[in-house]
Amino acid sequence: MSGMASDHLSGGFQNKELEEQGAIKADKVRLSRQDYIQRAAVLLAVLFLFVALILPLGTMPIKSLQNAEGDFIGLANFASYISNPALFQSVLNSLQIALISTGVVLTLAFLFAYGLTRTCMPGKKTLRALTLLPLFAPSLLPAISLIYLLGNQGIFKEVLMGASVYGPIGIVIGMCFWVFPHVLMIMVTALSNSDARLYEAAQVMKASPLRTFFTVTLPSAKYGLISAGFVAFTLVITDFGVPKVIGGDFKVLATDIYKQVVGQQNFQMGAVVSVILLLPAVFSFAADRLVQKKQVAMLSARAVPYIPKPNPVKDNLFLAICLLVVSAILLVIGTAAYASFVSFWPYNMELSLQHYDFESVGSSWDYYFNSIEMAVWVALIGTGIVFFNAYLVEKGRAFEPVRNLLHLMAMIPMAVPGMVLGLAYIFFFNQPDNPLNFIYATMAILVLNSVVHFYTVCHLTSVTALKQIDGEFESVSASLKIPFYVTFWRITLPVSLPAVLEISVYLFVNAMTTVSAVIFIYSSDTMLASISVLNMDEAGNTASAAGMGVLILLTCLTVKGLHWLLSQQILGLTQGWRNR
Amino acid sequence: MMAQPQQPITSAFTPLVKRNNAPYLQVNKVWKHYGNFAALKDVSLEIKDGEFVCFLGPSGCGKTTLLRAIAGLDPQSRGEIVQGGQTISLLPPEQRDFGIVFQSYALFPNLTVAKNIAYGLRSLKLSRNQIEAKVTELLNTIGLSDMAYKYPAQLSGGQQQRIALARALATEPSLLLLDEPLSALDARVRLHLRQEIRKLQRKLGITTIMVTHDQEEALAMADRIVVMNHGIVEQVGTPEEVYRRPINAFVANFVGTMNLLPVKVSGNKQVRLQERLINCRRYKKQQTAAAWLAFRPEVAAIKPAGLHGDDKHYEYFNGTVLHTEFMGNFLRIEVNLSDFQQSVQVDVSSQHTDLTLCMAGHQVSLAVPVNELQVFDRYDNSAATGDAGHSAVATDEVAA
Repeated sequence: MSGMASDHLSGGFQNKELEEQGAIKADKVRLSRQDYIQRAAVLLAVLFLFVALILPLGTMPIKSLQNAEGDFIGLANFASYISNPALFQSVLNSLQIALISTGVVLTLAFLFAYGLTRTCMPGKKTLRALTLLPLFAPSLLPAISLIYLLGNQGIFKEVLMGASVYGPIGIVIGMCFWVFPHVLMIMVTALSNSDARLYEAAQVMKASPLRTFFTVTLPSAKYGLISAGFVAFTLVITDFGVPKVIGGDFKVLATDIYKQVVGQQNFQMGAVVSVILLLPAVFSFAADRLVQKKQVAMLSARAVPYIPKPNPVKDNLFLAICLLVVSAILLVIGTAAYASFVSFWPYNMELSLQHYDFESVGSSWDYYFNSIEMAVWVALIGTGIVFFNAYLVEKGRAFEPVRNLLHLMAMIPMAVPGMVLGLAYIFFFNQPDNPLNFIYATMAILVLNSVVHFYTVCHLTSVTALKQIDGEFESVSASLKIPFYVTFWRITLPVSLPAVLEISVYLFVNAMTTVSAVIFIYSSDTMLASISVLNMDEAGNTASAAGMGVLILLTCLTVKGLHWLLSQQILGLTQGWRNR
Repeated sequence: MMAQPQQPITSAFTPLVKRNNAPYLQVNKVWKHYGNFAALKDVSLEIKDGEFVCFLGPSGCGKTTLLRAIAGLDPQSRGEIVQGGQTISLLPPEQRDFGIVFQSYALFPNLTVAKNIAYGLRSLKLSRNQIEAKVTELLNTIGLSDMAYKYPAQLSGGQQQRIALARALATEPSLLLLDEPLSALDARVRLHLRQEIRKLQRKLGITTIMVTHDQEEALAMADRIVVMNHGIVEQVGTPEEVYRRPINAFVANFVGTMNLLPVKVSGNKQVRLQERLINCRRYKKQQTAAAWLAFRPEVAAIKPAGLHGDDKHYEYFNGTVLHTEFMGNFLRIEVNLSDFQQSVQVDVSSQHTDLTLCMAGHQVSLAVPVNELQVFDRYDNSAATGDAGHSAVATDEVAA
């Protein structure tokens, strides 16, 4: 034992001078077969996003600098765009619509979220669930419904006092319905993140309720509010469905792209408008990321959640507000559903199924099944790709620069409006010399486009779920000499099953309802339900359009219901380990 | 929590397994950089076959970094690691030979206890029966045979950590790495489990490295302790060596409590406080004149003021009792030393001390054996005030 004193080798003070030498570059650790497999997977993921996102997007600025013959003409397209007052007016229109809609939605959503989180009003869960309804239908549906409610032959047409719903009024109202659930989700999260101790402190210091609101409630929800504002602004400025249906002659950027490309076959000008449309989206995206980073530091882990106390006046007031909002949503959705069954609005109000005979108005039930087929593929393929890629980003070993690059690329789709991505896909995949040209005008390009378009939210959901899993699972597997893909399959995936299911439902619903992402790239063989809503509406078959819209809504609700059942039943069986 | 009275602490590390003299694990000049920050600075170390070694230090000292470098989970930036005669420092973790247990247990939540333990056995290409036998045997070893079909979430923290240990041992690695395995458990379970781990380790004779920031744990469990701070190894030694003969003020104050009094060096067996020369243990030549005179709280005896006895073997310091804490089997007395204008801590047995001396305000004289007065370099005052980590463990001392 005493001999041990001599064999201690202290790396202590005598080696101080070696510290400087330590800055020399690190030894290269040998790579195992697993490392190679994993790195190949990461590179494959990067390649996927490079081909399906970066390269197509890259064609956009190039096209915008070319003339119809493909010659480089500098900023001439932009110059002619700005000098054309008819076109430039759309920029102002879009901004105007976006600002007004954002203002209205933020106010309503804040009141609603406040009611849900800070009062003791009854029926919170039901109210909350009902607000989600607009998420399950294309944005076209509320717009169509507004035509029935406030249009030339609308039931409540007098409310507008002679003003026409076709134009900014209709767009703003339609947008509000469609954007509301998105904003509400963020608001509820923001207002839930509150520390009860702050309220106790304010009470002890005898601050008035109003003062408490401005000094405690608002500041703690500040970042959520800002984030919600950016989301609303981006959604409104990039949405295509609402202005298309109810915009009338009022032009916005999103409809301009459509007109330039589909109407006038002027792809260059379409590219110019796309680049312009990218700017606000990219800006608000960047600002949102910045704000969300700050949000993280706001709430300490030791915060005590706020539990509201009953207050009859306040509770009833907010219940009234929330009921009003929910009634409006139900009215809009209900009107569309009702109108689809009415024989000939408003002259023959008898109910019939004639509008669901889509073949009679030049549409087809096939389109509906096309949509389902696409949505299933998007859900299956998208969930697999996104979740595995997120796993590589979050749980991969070493190779950090490339994994970070993958994460960065995964964030881009959120900033790209669906129409812009769709147009980029035309430019990229329609080139005859592109080896991937064969997927053009097939179901594959629709699936690919949708997966990429909705990539970011799924990626973030996956990353959040993966972060909750113990970070040492990979280390343990390595020490037990079990390859990472076995652990992914046996442990990570089963443990993350709830998140995986959620992602697949999200992808299904969005693939089912999206218009803007696929409007440029469907073909006659791959016509989709959501597009046919647009086309039928354009052709004047509004009731059939509403019918198809309702069909989409019902399908999404069914899938959501199945998801709910699945999480209740099957998860209960297979995830028995979750119960203590 | 109370430790033994001060006696040679030999019984705790009488090895039961045979040891050959060649080191089983060698760490040679290992560096680890994160950007410009060096987490390990030229660390060298040797660990014998079958030895139980603790890496001890405050948080951020590099102990976990060193463990993960040995495992290959976060490879070193430079340097070499040799295990069983083979250089492993450039191998990926799956090609090294170790089992690891983490503070968080890292049990797979969707697998039963039995399947968790069997997880690594797949790689050994064993038959189903062999796997089953092995799992049963391990479950018996850790005393949880009736838990085989439960899920980790249904078990207590201590049980989960034992499962994690069994899983790590299932593939029969020749090196066991424990990364703060007991830190997430409550005090009673911790105490029980550390004996169990030690017993199991002795039985299997497996070379084991445990990272901990709990000095009491390290003293109780380790054959040898590696005290680390700021990415360097401060001292390597048996628990007794580290406790009784710390190499510098940091180690002295991190492992247990040490009273540090500022003095100037004078020769190699004395230090100077203003005019007074104080006898002490022989010390090596210091780099600076400034030094700490150090003694453990339990080596001092408390005497009535002015009573000076054996001047040859004891040094006496006059002071005033500030306050006294009753700790059960001993008293912790804070005494302000008039010569130093500084207070020191003295622990005395509650049975063998005149308690009237210990009342606040009493003038007393502290008798400290010359042999227990040690001298350390004094670079700065950080050691005296205690680094991070020290304050966390200062309350439950190994002292009486």
